[in-house]
Parts: sequence; C-alpha cells; structure tokens
Amino acid sequence: MEIKDIEKLAELARIELTEEEKAKYLKDIGAILVYVDQIKGVVAGTSEEKKADDLRNVMRADEIKNESGENTANIVGEFPLKDGNYLKVKKIL
Amino acid sequence: MINLEDLTIRKAHEAMINGEYTAMDLTQAYLDNFKKKDGEIHAYLEVFVDALEQAKKADERFAKNENITLLTGIPVAVKDNILIEGRITSSASKMLENYHATYDATVIKKLKEAGAVLLGRTNMDEFAMGGSTENSAYGVTNNPHDLERVAGGSSGGSVAAVSADMALVALGSDTGGSIRQPASFCGVVGLKPTYGAVSRYGLMAMASSFDIIGPIAKTIDDAQIVFDCISGKDDMDSTSIQKPSVQVENTKIKIGLLKEAMTTEGLDKEVVKNFTESVEKLKELGFEIKEVSLPSLAYALATYYTLVPAEVSSNMARFDGVRYGLHVDGKNMVDDYFKTKATGFGPEVKRRIILGTYVLSSGYYDAYYNKANIVRNMIREDYRKAFEQVDVIITPTTPGPAFKVGEKIDDPLQLYLEDIFTVPANLAGIPAISVPSGYKEVADKKLPLGLQFFASHGREDILFTIAKSFESK
Repeated sequence: MEIKDIEKLAELARIELTEEEKAKYLKDIGAILVYVDQIKGVVAGTSEEKKADDLRNVMRADEIKNESGENTANIVGEFPLKDGNYLKVKKIL
Repeated sequence: MINLEDLTIRKAHEAMINGEYTAMDLTQAYLDNFKKKDGEIHAYLEVFVDALEQAKKADERFAKNENITLLTGIPVAVKDNILIEGRITSSASKMLENYHATYDATVIKKLKEAGAVLLGRTNMDEFAMGGSTENSAYGVTNNPHDLERVAGGSSGGSVAAVSADMALVALGSDTGGSIRQPASFCGVVGLKPTYGAVSRYGLMAMASSFDIIGPIAKTIDDAQIVFDCISGKDDMDSTSIQKPSVQVENTKIKIGLLKEAMTTEGLDKEVVKNFTESVEKLKELGFEIKEVSLPSLAYALATYYTLVPAEVSSNMARFDGVRYGLHVDGKNMVDDYFKTKATGFGPEVKRRIILGTYVLSSGYYDAYYNKANIVRNMIREDYRKAFEQVDVIITPTTPGPAFKVGEKIDDPLQLYLEDIFTVPANLAGIPAISVPSGYKEVADKKLPLGLQFFASHGREDILFTIAKSFESK
C-alpha cells in the first residue's frame, strides 16, 4: 500500500486527511493487514455455506404506528441548517 | 449512611419497600459518591440534573404501592451510545457533542417503565471503537483499582461507575468484548447476551451483526435482574428474539476447557495461575470438566478485524453533517462531508473507516470481506459442535490485567490483540459473562482478573446458574 492508496480510500469515504494522518494510517493499516492476511490461507470445509437453521426472514405489516407529526419537532430540532420545517442544503447543481 | 459497597438490587429494593430509606436517599448517596470520586476516575460525561426528580417519582410508586418492580428506584448509569429522548447522546464523539436523542432506545423505555433512575451517561471509546476509553473525545476513564491504569473499554465509564459505587448497575454495549473486558479490568460482572436477545433499537450502530446491549453489575443476580428487564423481542428491531424460557439444572452443567486458550501468545503468567485456580474451584464445586477444541478460533481476531471495520465504514457514513450532529462548512455540499468527518471523527474511527473501505472495495472484497464471512461461519460451526459435548466453555476474559494509560495507544494492532478471548462470542452470536476471579498484585495495587463463561445461543440461564455457583465459593 502507498500514500496514494490511502488518499483514494479517504476520497471514497469522504474524509479529508492531513499529510500526517495519511502517513500514520499507511503504517497502521499496513500492520493490521499483515495480521488479518492470515484468513486468506484458511481452507474452508463444508461449513462454507450459510447454515439455514437459525436464519429466516422477518416480515411485518406495512402500517403506520405513530401519529402524523409526532416526531417532527424532535427531528427538525436537530437539523444543522433549516428553513422552517425544511432541511436546508447547499445548491447541488 | 447507606452502605453502597455491599448493596445489591434486592437489598436496596427491600430497604425501600420497608421504608428504611427512600429512592431519593439512595440516588443522593450515589450522587455524593460521584462528587467525591469522579474527579479522578472520570466515569461520567454527564450526571442528569433531574436524577433526584426521577427518584421522587419512584418514591411515589412506593407510596402508592403501584407499579413496583425490582428496578424501581434503582440508580442506573447508561453508556453514551444508548439514546434517551431529549438528552445529549454523543457516543463520546465531537460529531455528536450537541446531539439530542430524538427517541428512547427500547432498553431505556423498559427501564423507565420499571421505574429505574437514570443517573447519567458514561464515558466510552468514541462510537464504541476501542478497548481502553482512551479513544473518547472527552478524556480517558481511569481504573478505580489503580488510577494510572485504564478502566478498559469501550464501556469503561459504565464499568468504572459500578466498580466505584457511583451507580448500582449500568448498561453497556459489547461488539467484541466492550462489556466483558472492562468488567474484568475493574472487578465487576459483565454480561454480553445472545445476539438479538436485547433490542438494538436506539443503540448507535457500530457493527450491526455484532452489537448487543448488556448489563454491568457487582453480582450475577443484579446482572440477571437487569437482563430480565431489558431483553425480549421488539418490533423495532427485526433481529431481536424472544428468549427461550429454559432453566438448566445446576448439577448437570458440563464445562469445556478450551485447549487453545492456554497456549495463547502474550498470556500473563498470573492469568494462567488464576485460571488454573478457577478450574480447581469449579471441580471442587462438583462440575465435570473436559477439554474441548475450537480449531478455527485461531482466526477469530483476523476475522473480527476484517468484518467489523467493514460494518463500521458503512454505519459511520450517516454522519455527514446534513441531518443532525456536527456540520462544518466547505466549498460545496460534497466538501461539507469531507470537512465534517475530518473534524468530527477521532483517529480510531477514521482508521477503521479507511480499513473498512479497503476490505469492501472491489478487488479486495472477495479476499477479505467474503473470506472473513466464511471463516465466521466455520467458527460458529466449531462452537455448535463443542456445545454438543459441553454446556459452557471457560477461558480467562483477558490475556492480562488492566494496562497503563498510554501504554498501547500508539500501536493499534497491539490493542486489538487484547480482544482475543472476547471476540469469539460476538462472531458466533453466543452469550458470555465475565465474573471476578481474583487479583494480580502489582506493587501495592491489586488488579482484578476475570473468568469468562460462554454458552450456546439463548442459554443465559446456564451462564447465570454456573456463575452464581462460582461467585458463592
């Protein structure tokens, strides 16, 4: 791995990193990957397939359980930027 | 004066029923202890100003003899990643420094209904990533047994609060040992329930297929009382399950001694000695003990540190400065994301996001993420086979006692290796409990050690039963 790989990952994750952070993560992640690389050598046996015993779909009726507007004030109250009850964001285009 | 040191939920409950003291007296006693001790321990991020008000409401229940439960009037500390409506819930992050929870987590709803007193929110590693609380954006929590050492983590604040009698019980969350490891470091009981046994609704997600909420207490009985209150199926969490109502017979519990555990690299000699003594004690109690082997366990940590960062990187994507939490203005909307995350997240969170992005990226996905899922299934299968032979498996909780503040902060891999005995339970989704098993003496300090019991899915009853036997001797 090189600095440019860390930069690419940070770009994908939408995080701005300082030069210092990039160098530190290059070193840390390199060491962690050397350690986790051992799973590549595992030869998977028959348990490779997911066991179905405990797994099942959980379904529920599509119904509204709360009053309209019940949670609005709480949620709108946490908007960093707002205009009345609207969430305000920057121009996208 | 209420003797907090030897207090249990049942004792406090009796005392409040009999009018020896009120819920307000009890809460006040814990608040006094907080004032006296938390300056040097730093277990709490905030003690709620209305704690006494809540206690007063509990006293009204006692006066009217209405809706009284074992938890009525019992002071509880809550980890800062569990939502309590209207209160700041920050996950010890700058990202959520001023975030007010918009609803109650299911566990909080249940505690409120039971009449518990929520004392405050406790310190933790940021978004539960870490094993020492050194990753908190608000400073480390010190171990009440030796202030120069860490309380452990990520639920370090909740555990230190219980250990230092600043709460009778507490809630923590456990993704890879975040309840059990600090419990072991601070000499208290910590339960990681079966995956799904407790609703995750209102728990801030770290790694969704691993996370679980559990109790921290001074006795097994207290942990069981809290677990009984908070567990159960919840419509708001489709992965939650109804716990089976089974009760094992104490005399029939067979114990498995994990062969691989004693040859673990970096295992402290005192831990080995203490573990051997615990095994002897269990033999004296009449339990049958046999060796079991979990061959794929050698890959547990590597599997864990592949899958968890992957889930972390997805879960942390929501903190974009748009809908709630910190917002830092950039050149345009996308630049807002970059700046907000750069400012709001601490080093360990960023490290895991980058690592998770790597193992999920095309070209590496099969080699890491998919392969880790396969190994995870192998580990599950190993446990299933082992539990055909025995009812519980025992290991030490941690390879050593609490380490010094700052000792491992510069080497993340070294810190990850601390989780060797705790992560397997989260990989397999099985329940595990850590109970105090003795001390390692270092200079003039006695550093607590813990013994860990694992059982198969849904069998917390076995853990409580055997741990109570162990505790009584």
